[in-house]
Amino acid sequence: MKALSQKRRHPFAGVALLLLGLLMTGGLYAAATTINEAQASSEAQEYSASDIDEGEKLFAANCASCHGINAEGTEDAPSLIGVGAASVDFQVGTGRMPMQMQGPQAQRKPAQFNDEQTQQLAAYVASLGAGPSVPGEDLLDAEEGDATRGGELFRINCAMCHNAAAAGGALTEGKFAPSLHGVEEKHIYEAMLVGPQNMPVFNDANIPPEDKQDIIAFLKTYESQGTPGGFALGSLGPVSEGLFVWSGGLALLIGAMVWLTSRSS
Amino acid sequence: MSTQASDSTAAGPAAFQPETRTGRIADYVDQRVGGTNMVREFGRKIFPDHWTFMFGEVALYSFVILIISGIFLTFWFDPSMATVEYEGKYAPMNGMEMSAAYASSLDLSFDVRGGLFMRQIHHWAALVFVMAMSVHMLRVFFTGAFRKPRELNWVVGCALLLLGLGAGFTGYSLPDEVLSGNGLRIIDGILKALPVVGTYMSFFLFGGEFPGEAVIPRLYVLHILIIPGIILALVVVHLFMVVLHKHTQYPGPGRTERNVVGYPVGPVYAAKAGGFFFIVFGILALIAGTFQINALWNYGPYDPSPVQAGAQPDWYIGPFEGVLRMMPGWIGDIPLEFVIPTPWGGNTVATPVLVPLIPVGILFAGMFVWPWIEAWISGDKRDHHILDRPRNAPARTAFGTATVTFYCILWGMGANDLIATHFDLSLNDITYWSRVLIFVGPVFAFIVTKRICLALQRKDRETVLHGHEAGVIEMKPHGEFTERHRRPDDYELYTLVAFESPEPSGPVPNAKGRITRLEKLRAGLNRWFYEDRVAPVSRQEYLEALEHDHHDGHDDGGLEAREQQQIGSGHH
Amino acid sequence: MGEHGNGDPRESGAVINAGDGESGQYAIDDPGLPPHRPRLADEDENTAKRSERQVAVLFLVSIIGTVIFFIGYFVVGHTADLHEVRLQNTLLGVGVAFAMLGIGLGVVHWAKTLMPDHELVEARKPLRTEDQRQEAEQIVGDVLEESGIKRRPLIRNTLIGAAVLAPLPAVVLFRDLDLSEDFGPERMRHTIWDEGVRLVRDPTGTPVRAADLTVGSAMHIVPETLLDITDHGEKLAEKAKSVVLLIRMDPEEIETVSEGREDWTYEGIIAASKVCTHVGCPVALYERHTHHLLCPCHQSTFDAANEFEVIFGPAGRPLPQLPIAVDDEGFLVARSDFTEPVGPSYWERGNA
Repeated sequence: MKALSQKRRHPFAGVALLLLGLLMTGGLYAAATTINEAQASSEAQEYSASDIDEGEKLFAANCASCHGINAEGTEDAPSLIGVGAASVDFQVGTGRMPMQMQGPQAQRKPAQFNDEQTQQLAAYVASLGAGPSVPGEDLLDAEEGDATRGGELFRINCAMCHNAAAAGGALTEGKFAPSLHGVEEKHIYEAMLVGPQNMPVFNDANIPPEDKQDIIAFLKTYESQGTPGGFALGSLGPVSEGLFVWSGGLALLIGAMVWLTSRSS
Repeated sequence: MSTQASDSTAAGPAAFQPETRTGRIADYVDQRVGGTNMVREFGRKIFPDHWTFMFGEVALYSFVILIISGIFLTFWFDPSMATVEYEGKYAPMNGMEMSAAYASSLDLSFDVRGGLFMRQIHHWAALVFVMAMSVHMLRVFFTGAFRKPRELNWVVGCALLLLGLGAGFTGYSLPDEVLSGNGLRIIDGILKALPVVGTYMSFFLFGGEFPGEAVIPRLYVLHILIIPGIILALVVVHLFMVVLHKHTQYPGPGRTERNVVGYPVGPVYAAKAGGFFFIVFGILALIAGTFQINALWNYGPYDPSPVQAGAQPDWYIGPFEGVLRMMPGWIGDIPLEFVIPTPWGGNTVATPVLVPLIPVGILFAGMFVWPWIEAWISGDKRDHHILDRPRNAPARTAFGTATVTFYCILWGMGANDLIATHFDLSLNDITYWSRVLIFVGPVFAFIVTKRICLALQRKDRETVLHGHEAGVIEMKPHGEFTERHRRPDDYELYTLVAFESPEPSGPVPNAKGRITRLEKLRAGLNRWFYEDRVAPVSRQEYLEALEHDHHDGHDDGGLEAREQQQIGSGHH
Repeated sequence: MGEHGNGDPRESGAVINAGDGESGQYAIDDPGLPPHRPRLADEDENTAKRSERQVAVLFLVSIIGTVIFFIGYFVVGHTADLHEVRLQNTLLGVGVAFAMLGIGLGVVHWAKTLMPDHELVEARKPLRTEDQRQEAEQIVGDVLEESGIKRRPLIRNTLIGAAVLAPLPAVVLFRDLDLSEDFGPERMRHTIWDEGVRLVRDPTGTPVRAADLTVGSAMHIVPETLLDITDHGEKLAEKAKSVVLLIRMDPEEIETVSEGREDWTYEGIIAASKVCTHVGCPVALYERHTHHLLCPCHQSTFDAANEFEVIFGPAGRPLPQLPIAVDDEGFLVARSDFTEPVGPSYWERGNA
């Protein structure tokens, strides 16, 4: 995956992607179809008309091949009417969209658009229909959240897919819940709000904004505290520990045994 | 202790008079407990030296480290399921309600200096303990060391392995966090699936309905007293039998069924074995100091609602997890679970849980009785102190590899979700394939391993009859190119030819002169076991080969050397 | 006891010579042990001295290791900062590792280079000889005869009877391992869900309105009555049976509604037991577009659009569904308890 994503840095990447998108057919699992009734989570961001215009141009050039010229959706991709700015900010900001290729789900990769372009795209999609907007800075400050409570909420609502150490986990048919290490606060918040890919929606009535902030606080505390026991072996639990003991541990022991029983020169 | 304590009767003109201080102390002890005989028996006892003989020692030493670190942990761990409020150094848990067991595990990790290190070395040592036992067992199996007279010691070893699994699982469950709690929940589910007694067993274990408040203290008693106590007793029996039988040795020059060649306990073996304890301890300490294991602060206090992706047991329970994952609950639209209609409302047979217990049960039962199965098939009732090179017992080696393959497929299935995420595969596809692989894989492994063994045996024959390829191409006067061969010396030769390769023995009639059906089965298995064979080079063949060499003139000393029986006479 | 060496490191202690093994059995006869090859240190005093220094250095490494341990234990602050915890753990581990490896490697190096390395030979003794065996057999026979157990069957039979019965109290004593008052599988049929019991969020305990769930939402639910249970053990046991996953999907996407279940859902809101019907793990991995519910333990997959039927994995039955409705105040409530036992199958479950 990595090798591919590096190739895509090429200036013609956009064009290539467009062609790729046109060529690809088949089932799509990704992205939102929901008609989301959620209210904007904080003070709704105001977008200027020029943002919307620029966004429309970017959309036509980069997204319309799959999502339709009016974002009404096609066989390959869902309608984006009413998904809201938060959804665009998440999908484009984490590099998931534009998609590299059709697959069980869109992969996280370096973002294709800069912050301004992302905002313009979000402005355009938000102008098509009401949906969750990008959260304000005040909701994202991890310092303000309660990590203990966030931890409890995380373990009940998130850990079953994302793993207790937020290291990610498998879903059915090749889908997976990604690792949450190094994900920006804004994107964590937006993911909960809109439920990208197959993730369920955790709207503000389900997990209120302050609880979301607690979860972010927990994740950021967890990230910054490091691993007290030493190298964490991917935080994958007993499997990686067993693998380590059967590889590194066994190799060290056998090395010692062979040395011990060999005859000195 | 030294030779000074050689002999001492309490009185009499010939009574031993110690001269040095050490001698006096030794003599004092000797007169009271009889150290003389101990020293005579063990002081110069011989142990063969080979690196593959050390896995048992690794197991023993990691068990000692488990006891040392375990005792440390018991001083702080509180095996209680009573609710407390956590007030320790781990900030993201502050003020949470949890069981005393979990709270004290967190305290051990963060508030007791060195507690985290001891927890980690205890857990790593547990993984190494079971691994070392398993590898040791494979070594014993593949070299045929379980044969008469060591069958009972093999059984003791199998029991130790099972107890090791028990010790590991009970320990894994003690901290009472979400990961181990879900492990216990699986145990509860498996118990309940057992016909007739299942529900009751679950109630007895958990003191009522799952999870209750009784299970952690009970597992604790099992984990720190009963299981390690039995392990300790069996280790003593195991080692006693090793001393009684004396260690096996690999085939080679000078090694016979009637002797043991190796290093004496004092001083070399004692120094090496003693030093090795410190090496194992050092390696475990290094791992425990640098690699995190069971980060239980991530999992949170046990609560029946949450669960986490990658919920897995420690490696040695992996195959049990895998076999449960592999089993389908439905075949098409037909559920495998069914209800036996009875007047009182029916009894449920939880087939998807019960069926996986069958192969696992056969695997472990087969492990215990294998020495008798093989002896019955081969009809071999002799004592064996010289080990088989695995290639010289092709059927056994192939059977062992097939079993290991079977185990490893189950093991891999225990990690199928991580295989899926790390190799970009579909979880479902892995499971579908494994259902085919579990039947095909062992058969394939059997055939391939047997062929490899036979090929290696043929290569040995080649080496004996024609020597090693020396890498020198010669041109004969008439233009023929040949490669020069170098004959192995007699010591190497002896290792390559000194083994038995039994031919299939037909059915043997019993006392009444009849061939029973059982005997027919035995003969059939015997044929299956021995039909593909490469015979060791016979003396006739060897002499002919030497003769041939002589005619070709590209070896200069083999025959003479052999005839003169001179040790170390040179071959090139 | 076998032959022991004379202690001269240049000599082999072993005295197996050619032909000691069985003759004629194999292609060549046993040539005996290979000649002893002296080590460098056996012949060169300087090499031996160097080995001695190397061993001493390893022991010094061990001493340094112990010092590292003390630095880790006493100097590193033991605070709530986990980076310091890690530093301390590393220093303790590396310290102990050096301390132990120094001793271990040193002793083994000493044994390998400086102690005599000739292999010795010991004869195996038979575990018994035939005359010893006969003597033992005689003793056993005499003991049995003198005890009279064969001649007095009355004593023997009553002893057997007593010996069979005597351990039974020890078995019976364990009956109270089960502490529940109404021991038996009957209580596994019921949970604390009942008509009108509100669905509340886990862990916050707040009730849920239908409007709180948008399409694609998933919520982890416990019965409101659970919050009233004060006994910790009882609370966990009840929670273990009554946890529920609440999801909302587009009502159009619900494919199967069997007879009698028409009013179990509310505008696409469905509640199902979170306890897997396989061996009881919480099934909580919900995929909103495929409507699949995956158990992370053994990967049973249930289809929420088809009444949680098993579409993959080892589970034998669909997840039990909790019938729900909306009460006067607009909160979601249960219509009744589950209509079948939740969780793994058990022998007494029957057709319920």
